[in-house]
Amino acid sequence: MTDAAELRRRTHELLAAHPPAGTERLEFLRARFDAGLAWVHFPEGLGGLGVPRSLQAVVDAELAAAGAPDNDPRRIGIGLGMAAPTILQYGTEEQKRRFLRPLWTGEEVWCQLFSEPGAGSDLAALGTRAVREGEDWVVNGQKVWTSSAHLARWAILIARTDPDVPKHRGITYFLCDMTDPGVEVRPLRQITGEAEFNEVFLTDVRIPDSRRLGEVGDGWRVAQTTLNNERVAIGGMRLPREGGMIGPVSRTWRERPELRTHDLHQRLLRLWVEAEVARLTGERLRQQLVAGQPGPEGAGMKLAFARLNQEISGLEVELRGEEGLLYDDWTMRRPELVDFTGRDAGYRYLRSKGNSIEGGTSEVLLNIVAERVLGLPAEPRTDKDVAWKDLAR
Amino acid sequence: MSAQPDLLYSEEEEALRAAVRDLLTDHCDAAGVIARTESAAPHDVQVWKALSGTMGLAGLLVPEELGGQGATHREAAVVLEELGRAVAPVPYLTSAVVATEALLACGTDGLLAELASATTIGALAVGLHVAPGGAFANARLEKGALHGELTGIADAALADVLLVPADDGGLYAVDASAATVTPQVSLDLTRPVARVTLEGAPGRRLGDAEPAVRRALRAGAGLLASEQLGLADRSLTETVRYLKDRKQFNRPVGGFQALKHRLAQLWLEVVNLRAAARGAADALATGEDADVAVAVAQAYAAPAAVRAAEEALQLHGGIGMTWEHPAHLYLKRAKADSIAYGTAGAHREALAELVDLRAP
Repeated sequence: MTDAAELRRRTHELLAAHPPAGTERLEFLRARFDAGLAWVHFPEGLGGLGVPRSLQAVVDAELAAAGAPDNDPRRIGIGLGMAAPTILQYGTEEQKRRFLRPLWTGEEVWCQLFSEPGAGSDLAALGTRAVREGEDWVVNGQKVWTSSAHLARWAILIARTDPDVPKHRGITYFLCDMTDPGVEVRPLRQITGEAEFNEVFLTDVRIPDSRRLGEVGDGWRVAQTTLNNERVAIGGMRLPREGGMIGPVSRTWRERPELRTHDLHQRLLRLWVEAEVARLTGERLRQQLVAGQPGPEGAGMKLAFARLNQEISGLEVELRGEEGLLYDDWTMRRPELVDFTGRDAGYRYLRSKGNSIEGGTSEVLLNIVAERVLGLPAEPRTDKDVAWKDLAR
Repeated sequence: MSAQPDLLYSEEEEALRAAVRDLLTDHCDAAGVIARTESAAPHDVQVWKALSGTMGLAGLLVPEELGGQGATHREAAVVLEELGRAVAPVPYLTSAVVATEALLACGTDGLLAELASATTIGALAVGLHVAPGGAFANARLEKGALHGELTGIADAALADVLLVPADDGGLYAVDASAATVTPQVSLDLTRPVARVTLEGAPGRRLGDAEPAVRRALRAGAGLLASEQLGLADRSLTETVRYLKDRKQFNRPVGGFQALKHRLAQLWLEVVNLRAAARGAADALATGEDADVAVAVAQAYAAPAAVRAAEEALQLHGGIGMTWEHPAHLYLKRAKADSIAYGTAGAHREALAELVDLRAP
């Protein structure tokens, strides 16, 4: 029985054996993983102790108080949030032992090769092909909107292994070595001027069958674990009043009375109210989760924040008047971390346009709410029983 | 703004909701409400007696030592959600919340116990449209008696006692039988307004009018958001149900994406409205951040409830336009509610001061 007290004891043991002040960062992180204190809900031997996830906070608080280094989770979000739970659920023992430790310590960065130019909202229609040759799979195709691809050592990849069956059934899930000579990563410049994302071209990339995750043809089901965890990772944050996009514009309003107009005032107050109510909705959702009564409200949060971010940042560009004609910097850069509320108003306005596209378009999310929450009839599915190779494209 | 409001419903609150909903399901159906609006007695006195007498809900906001239940705005808000869902024509908001709060501001008057036990129905003689902090009409005090005409007084036709602000700055209790109460033809027939005419009516001074009226209207505005939540939630639920059932072009109408997206948007607004209404109820209960929480809730709730009722009517098509169908009850109540205790615009103006986002 491992409870909070036992976790505290183990954490103090780790700190005693590896005092943060005198230990190299990576060495400390490896020791923490081996002590089962990395992600306590993972099994023993794989960085955890098989205890409830809620107990992680106990460990994190003790380590933070001791000034221990963390694994910079924002930099390795795709590995932690998406690859790791999928490998845990579907990986072989060998795969779990090989990949999870360097993933968690950040020694090996992961990226996600899912979206394609021809498969966005309809991800299951993807056309990247994987063909079996002896003990290997040979992969050809193009992926897009891949963050961290230029930093990544490994990728989670879904590819078509059987074009003769309907689209959901012919997909297989792989762990792809990003150093393979057939992998070419090109920055994808966005409307903001920078390139957070990449295009990834796969040409005769050889993946050993031992790096297949799950059964052949079962990749769509495996990918659901990845995508469901993406949605878990979003939300759950506790925001103070004016904590989001409404913060910068409110400060500008207060500090720059010369910019104020009556029209902008009315619009600002409306958006301030909506932002505060959206914050309360997020807080209510969080309280429901803590109380063990998760509601369907989360499905709507992303919709609300996308629209508000866009409207608020658009208002701010207008508020700035002549300055709104300017932009801070169009230099093509490769930011490692993205802050939607960072930089200037023009950047925020342009970047927030992506909020209603990335991670599920607002239009698809409205369908999901209508069908799964309200129980309205599903969209007609004309492709359900058609072999992938016969689909219109 | 340190602590976060408790935005959930407790088990006791859910039990209270179930009890009120049971009562209203059995005794306050839409057809009955519509029939009543066509009669000379639009209020449902039987339902009011059951709620206030049998269940004791009129005294929720009154401390036990003053003859009430000693509960809080959180519980009263749950009652109002259910009354909103049924568009119940009872004077709960006007008597058990607004008039009660005005009396609480004046101290420990014996009237409180009468209102709490619902042996007396009270009405604050301030126009329903007045926002917390807004200007309100006064009666003239001449030689100890009250004179004047006060209009837009909600539920006055049913009231036994009127709480009348006078030009000496006092709030007076006036027996309804000493005043002339004339119903005004109202947009919302389930919460009708009336003209109160005073011609030398005797009044008993309760205390200062200004703080009492301000407190009463703030509680009214804050808890009105829960009534609006009930209206919006029921409008959405009924519309979703109807669109699953209604078929045109050989399909359920609810399968058309244009309508699905509208309903999903509406659901999102109802989810937001719930958080805002719970925020206001909790803030009124704790007293923490109440001015901002109430203004936020009312600025959001008023247009959201109207939109829900308007969408319900449109998405029901022709049947929604008939007198027989209850959609108009929700539309009329939601529209009247959008003016009651201050419009959304009035509450946004209040916020401009409260959160320091000042006008040019």
